[in-house]
Amino acid sequence: MPDTRSAREIFVTFARIGASGFGGVNYWVRRILVQEKRWITDREYLEGLALGQIIPGPNVYNLTVMIGYRFGGVRGAFAAVGGLLGVPLAVLLVLGLLYNRYSALPVLQHALAGMTAVAAGLLLANAVSLAAALPRRALPWSFLLLAFIGVGVLRWPLLWVMAALSPFAMASVWRRR
Amino acid sequence: MTEWLALFWHFLLLGSVAVGGVSTVMPDMHRYVVDENAMVSSREFSDVYALAQAAPGPNALWVTLLGLQARGAAGALATTLGILIPATVFSLIASALHARHADTPLALAIRRGLAPVALGFMLASGWLLLRSIGQSAGGYALALLALGVAMGTRLNPLWVMAAGAIAGIAGVV
Repeated sequence: MPDTRSAREIFVTFARIGASGFGGVNYWVRRILVQEKRWITDREYLEGLALGQIIPGPNVYNLTVMIGYRFGGVRGAFAAVGGLLGVPLAVLLVLGLLYNRYSALPVLQHALAGMTAVAAGLLLANAVSLAAALPRRALPWSFLLLAFIGVGVLRWPLLWVMAALSPFAMASVWRRR
Repeated sequence: MTEWLALFWHFLLLGSVAVGGVSTVMPDMHRYVVDENAMVSSREFSDVYALAQAAPGPNALWVTLLGLQARGAAGALATTLGILIPATVFSLIASALHARHADTPLALAIRRGLAPVALGFMLASGWLLLRSIGQSAGGYALALLALGVAMGTRLNPLWVMAAGAIAGIAGVV
């Protein structure tokens, strides 16, 4: 039953996922781990994602730690993380250096303004499709609205807003069970 | 050094509550590094977010670029570790406890209860990015178009970003 892989194999596998993940890593996690290598089943993948959603931090990163741990213990978890992040971090550092050097160029300023507008649209699209899955009841939507107003409009510290809202938000679904 | 520790600590706290992903805590990163400590300008903040979309890997790694722009390599380390340490620790704990299902009462309360709160924060992040490029009608229109394309098609977001860059150069925003 304990199915293990070497740290090296875990590292290489996640390095492929990290380097391929242009425009979203989730697709590649599923394609490489479920379809190609068959380390996990589709069901386990979905369960891992659901679990990753309640753990703070990047969802796909949490899934990476958990899969790495499962196939190689703590060593496997760090091998997976190292693989996943290595190439992206190198690319980011290069982008950062280029930005530092050329950000004053008008053409780059304009390009970045356009990219920011698109990035905002993509982020909002993600939020809107997730919000469409919320129950059509007043309570969840009032929590959403309060969270938006507190942090987005009034610009209060997020930790306070979260501390104020989350007990009620969690209690409201607890009662419904 | 105290400044570095404060930056690291703030991102560590935010990383510990980033249920639903790192984009939920973006408004508070902005409050800390732009509004309160003026480590980067509002424009630089959104620039590095947009730029990071061009890198492979998890989107959340844009915080590395933010830290780099704010305080160089040490800053990058502070923001990146701040976000990744809580995620690593909590994921390892979940693994060690053999948590396989996200349907225990507590897990469900977190998932369903916090989802609307996290979504409110995410919307605030999108709103923040939109405001950072100024109140331009072209910017709003471009964002709306990207939203429509993302929701209506399965096009790789990278192409949409490239189109945004071209539109920006063409003077739309």
